[in-house]
Amino acid sequence: MISVQQVSKHYGTNRAVNNISFEVAEHENLVLLGTSGCGKTTTLKMINRLIEPTRGQILIAGQDVTRQPAELLRRNIGYVLQNNGLFPHYTVAENIAIVPRLLKWDDARIQNRMHELLEKLHLSAAFLKLYPQQLSGGQQQRVGLARALMADAPVLLMDEPFGALDTITRSKIQAEFKDLDELQRKTIVMVTHDVQEAFELGNRICLMDQGAIMQIGTPAELLFKPANKFVREFLQAQRLQLELKAVLLQQVWDNLPTTTSTEAIKVLPADTSIWAAMESFEAGVVKFITVTKPGTDQAKTITFDQLMAAYHQYQNNLQHHE
Amino acid sequence: MNEAQQTLWQFMQQQSDKLLTQTLEHIGLTFISLLIAVLIGLPLGVLIARRHPLSGPILGIAGVLQTIPSIALLGFMIPLLGIGAKPAIVALLLYALLPIIRNTYTGIIGVDASVKEAALAMGMSSKQVLFKVELPLAMPVILAGIRTATVINVGVATLASYIAAGGLGEFIFGGISLNNTNMILAGAIPAALLAVLFDLLLSVVQKLNIKKLKAGAYALPVILLLMASFYFVPSAYGGKLTAGFTPEFMGRHDGNLGLQQKYGLKIHTTVINDAVMYNAAYEKQLDVISGYSTDGRLKAFNLVVLDDDKKIFPPYYAAPIVRQDALQKFPELEKTLNLLAGHITDSVMTELNYRTDYRHQTPEQVARDFLIDKKLYRPARNGNGGTVRIGSKIFGEQYILASMYSMLIQGYTNYNVATKTGLGGTKICFDALTNNEIDFYPEYTGTGLLVILQPTKQVLDSVGINKNKTYSYVKQQFQNKYHIKWLNPIGFNNAYALMMRRQQANELKIHTISDLKNYLSNTP
Repeated sequence: MISVQQVSKHYGTNRAVNNISFEVAEHENLVLLGTSGCGKTTTLKMINRLIEPTRGQILIAGQDVTRQPAELLRRNIGYVLQNNGLFPHYTVAENIAIVPRLLKWDDARIQNRMHELLEKLHLSAAFLKLYPQQLSGGQQQRVGLARALMADAPVLLMDEPFGALDTITRSKIQAEFKDLDELQRKTIVMVTHDVQEAFELGNRICLMDQGAIMQIGTPAELLFKPANKFVREFLQAQRLQLELKAVLLQQVWDNLPTTTSTEAIKVLPADTSIWAAMESFEAGVVKFITVTKPGTDQAKTITFDQLMAAYHQYQNNLQHHE
Repeated sequence: MNEAQQTLWQFMQQQSDKLLTQTLEHIGLTFISLLIAVLIGLPLGVLIARRHPLSGPILGIAGVLQTIPSIALLGFMIPLLGIGAKPAIVALLLYALLPIIRNTYTGIIGVDASVKEAALAMGMSSKQVLFKVELPLAMPVILAGIRTATVINVGVATLASYIAAGGLGEFIFGGISLNNTNMILAGAIPAALLAVLFDLLLSVVQKLNIKKLKAGAYALPVILLLMASFYFVPSAYGGKLTAGFTPEFMGRHDGNLGLQQKYGLKIHTTVINDAVMYNAAYEKQLDVISGYSTDGRLKAFNLVVLDDDKKIFPPYYAAPIVRQDALQKFPELEKTLNLLAGHITDSVMTELNYRTDYRHQTPEQVARDFLIDKKLYRPARNGNGGTVRIGSKIFGEQYILASMYSMLIQGYTNYNVATKTGLGGTKICFDALTNNEIDFYPEYTGTGLLVILQPTKQVLDSVGINKNKTYSYVKQQFQNKYHIKWLNPIGFNNAYALMMRRQQANELKIHTISDLKNYLSNTP
């Protein structure tokens, strides 16, 4: 869907982005990860031409982005900013309707779409008449997301979308974000410096440093097959948690004991991460969970200890393979 | 105090017509220039916010314009735009530019970068970003700039009266010249009230919330235009002549009031500062001006004095006035000072003034050349028969006279001289004389009569106009009251005078004020 080909951005002698190439598949969520100054935001902004590349070519749906005027290009690309970038002199309704108005939608269509989105994003219709500064940070970010989704553009660019939120609000919105059906239909490129967020939300992660791509791959690939020392060290500090998030129940399926029980209170599908499965145990309340394998009628009921044992076994196997 | 207030109130009632006209002119001047300044300043501010390299030079130029003294700026305008409304509006708008440009620039630069980025990323064109995002968000700052400019303009517009553009400055500067406190206040109080009122109104607009401001932004030009329409640009003068009189001349009985009463002169009149008046006449912006008959600029600008055939301007014949005790102490003094009597006519004095004012010759050089020419000059004897102290007022003519007397005393007697020139105005000079700080200085009969003696109206009517009567009256009074002797008149009369360009006066065959009156009433 998006193809970045040998793109560079130089500011004088400073090579902000240096000859990078990657592809983003349709309906994929690619996360650009790295520390500040690594070139991730520059890369993102070159896709909708907020920054023009020094060299190279960017294609969206096979078409060079420079072939149409930047304004027209941007109306077909959703954009979410870290500080939401809502217009303080526009009401929530006016903010959300900016792109459809530029696209000259009629009022009825705008109203329909707006109310559809409000429902999906858990925003009250009473907010529509308010100004952004009258909302909380989390609400503002939801409005920002609604604005980006309003015209239903196939591509969505997100620049640190949850960066300005406190941790509790952030994890809440991240969870909603994952479940939002609108987003399943989109090709998303998202920038973050937060490793956890990248692992949580990204189908693939593109780890960057000093304008170059260090490694691009699934979270598990980055963790277990780091391409170089930089990648390994970058993930080192939060390794345990990341691994637990990167490994899914289905990957340890074979190591789980084949027992079934009726005592289980919770049922989880096999594409749940180990981390999420661990979180669903509750001391004294939930001792057993049942794991089901989608597409089959297979199910296994396990305890916390059995899960841990299976995970350790999986890790050992991996190291033997190396 | 109460009495003074009442008098001010009475003055304002009495002059209510003028007051209303001047106030409306003042509002009009302020807002016409403000409107144009907004039309120029706003786009410039937007331009330099977009192209940062231009911001230095443009803000710099606007800043320099702001520092030019208002009078100087108005002076520069005369050769370019003449006098009246045009140069005044241009000068005012130049002063209003800086706050408007700077605040537009600051306001736009200050819009949250993420909002601007969002606007671009949503697919707005550069123009849409400007009109839908940057200008609305910068509006409170821009309005603050317009507010500053308005208050500055209300203040500077008082100076418009210097170049005949009207406004409340006519009362203010007229009052200052005539030492009339009520007149000053009648101009100053409304001007101050206007400044406070407009500031208040704009502060209300500024505090409106952003939503209502949208409507306000459209209303503003309409309001500016409406206010600007208060100023009626003086209508075309046609074939008639235009006069420019100083505020002082306008208010004096031996000035414009006398012209109207005694001559029945009706001429289109504007009020103007004497610093720019002669130049304006030369530039053909004015046809008739009020001036002093021995001013050097008369020659410099080739103007001619109209004969005061009905004698409304009191005579200001110059003569040395000397302490009686000094005449006894220096027996040869009177005879020596009288050497000059009758030698300097009006045109000679004008010529001498012209040499110092426009040829930049020193008063000593001009004095020596004149004495040599008249064969009165004698080299200094360097005697030691005591020291005569000579005083003079603080303008060119008096310096020249003081130099002549100094040379005559040194050449014809054995006395030494000490000169104390530049003794401010009449009051300082005369006090120095009565307090025995100086022995003599040149004075004018009219000044002696009107400023020092200040006689009753009856006396004025009987002696005020006739040259000889005035002279003998002041001579006698000074002798009795102050023991000061008026010596023989030097010859010239430095009185008020109406003047025209020589060429025009000849073409229209106007040589006296009555000629002028007849020309005006006979020409449709």
